[in-house]
Amino acid sequence: MAFDFDRESAVPLRVGCGAGFAGDRLDAALPVVRTLIDAGGPACLIYETLAERTLALAQLRRRADAAEGCDPRLERFLQPVLGLCLAHGIPIVGNFGAANPRGAARRILALAAALGLPAPRVAVVEGDDLSGDAFAALRGIPLDGPVPDAQPVSANVYLGAQPIAQALGAGAQVVVTGRVADPALVLGPAVAHFGWPLDDWDRLARGTMAGHLLECGAQVTGGYFADPGCKDVPGLADAGFPIVELDAEGHCVVGKADRSGGVVDARTVTEQLLYEIHDPADYRTPDVVADISEATVEAVGPDRVAVRGVRGRPRPATLKANVCYEGGWLAEGEISYAGPGAEGRARLAAEVLARRLPGHALRFDLIGRASLFADDAGRMLAGLPSDAGAQDIRLRVAAADAERARAQAVLDEVTALYTCGPAGGGGVRTHLTPRLETLSGLVPRERVAPRWAWASPAGEARA
Amino acid sequence: MNRDATACILREAAHARTGDKGDVCNIGLVAWDAGLYPLLVEQVTPDAVAAHFRHRPRAVRRYLLPRLAAMNLVMEQALDGGVNRALNLDAHGKSLAFLLLSMPIEVPAALRHLLRRPQGGLPNPFHVPHARSPS
Repeated sequence: MAFDFDRESAVPLRVGCGAGFAGDRLDAALPVVRTLIDAGGPACLIYETLAERTLALAQLRRRADAAEGCDPRLERFLQPVLGLCLAHGIPIVGNFGAANPRGAARRILALAAALGLPAPRVAVVEGDDLSGDAFAALRGIPLDGPVPDAQPVSANVYLGAQPIAQALGAGAQVVVTGRVADPALVLGPAVAHFGWPLDDWDRLARGTMAGHLLECGAQVTGGYFADPGCKDVPGLADAGFPIVELDAEGHCVVGKADRSGGVVDARTVTEQLLYEIHDPADYRTPDVVADISEATVEAVGPDRVAVRGVRGRPRPATLKANVCYEGGWLAEGEISYAGPGAEGRARLAAEVLARRLPGHALRFDLIGRASLFADDAGRMLAGLPSDAGAQDIRLRVAAADAERARAQAVLDEVTALYTCGPAGGGGVRTHLTPRLETLSGLVPRERVAPRWAWASPAGEARA
Repeated sequence: MNRDATACILREAAHARTGDKGDVCNIGLVAWDAGLYPLLVEQVTPDAVAAHFRHRPRAVRRYLLPRLAAMNLVMEQALDGGVNRALNLDAHGKSLAFLLLSMPIEVPAALRHLLRRPQGGLPNPFHVPHARSPS
């Protein structure tokens, strides 16, 4: 039954993942929650829905409407599990607050009311948003690229586990954050549950890597893994989302929802352990510097893999901040050619576009021949023999431009290929997308004030 | 080439996953079997990887993880500016692990049994459930 995060304990903690990105499956969380309930011990559910760009896009929505700016799918993510989690004492921690954690908290309270549930104790974590006082916190901070001559759209610093742990310790049933380091979504509950001191670097590093393995959802349970004939994954269409079991030392076993597809084995876990890592001995988060250079990964049962040997060093003195700027427009147009001479006609279409659009830096792809592996400068394409005669080619052209009208002009020329281009061109599609430019810098901790607060009367009543 | 060696591609000796941060691409490369790991260390060198990725400006760093029979390859400036700037369809470079897995390697006869050759046919989900016979 309900487990209190306000009492420290040595009983293992299970943390399940309900989403690993903003576009994730809406039906993934329910089997995870059912598994956590069946297992019976203390448990928590996390949602990671905030990629780098996602937050800047949310900030733009908030500018247009002050009530907006949190995850647009928030209700759809939570509706299937909110009642079960509240009834069984499983706190929910998510960065679905995006640019507006208080707005998200209001929507969660409204959702609970609409579902006929008692009002949950909802806490918000704040302090990541550095846009206040005209981005004063960024003054004098060098960024990792040329700084545009404009005000940023957003600036958010990666917060750590502490405010999440504090909110859970105070009895929060839902913790809504904006930008926090993704692994902190797991480390926060672990710190609250086990009572780890915030300078217990080895345990913090282990909890951090458990979070790292969990926060991309199905990527550790068979998603982003299958390669038919080499790496087969059973039931990929119903891949279960992951659950990590942490012990009081921070060692973890990765598993997944019961009665689900997918697979957790040493291979899926090893691939995900290295995902988006640079130096394995120097994985920096706001909470700790983790070292996985001596880590081991070992299957300990069906769909159960133990990770050991993670070590930690003191946390960095600075916090990473992402600063987003408006980045102009991306134009993408495509047209297909098939049958005898298809590649020749696609190449001629590219030549026509280049002639019609002088002064535009165009990238071309011959989809079906060379596209994803090729480079923007066109080196790979230029080196391809042109006589291969592929018979089903989709020509793609892409260009970036600061001015919308110039970007649109590229697309208009693609559309005109229907009647003015080579024979038999079909299936024109064009896309014009606003872009964001992201730079990052390191902000001294003293300029950042991580904090949490109740967003609901129920929480305040308890406090 | 050594007469006893088999030429194959890296996909038969290892599996891999791409991650991206800004303009930096990392590829975790994991041997199918720990017995193949020394071969990867010997042949999948930073220089060999840089040559294989020659169309992308890059500096390749390699971190060895012998306990995992794995290595982490980190390529700077490999993503045409990264997800917010690149014109590539795959601006994240998600597919690049498979560019790495297409790299040629040589495998001595004594290790050949450890290779993983693709098994079975391709999936065929393209049924025609209500096909009408010509009348």
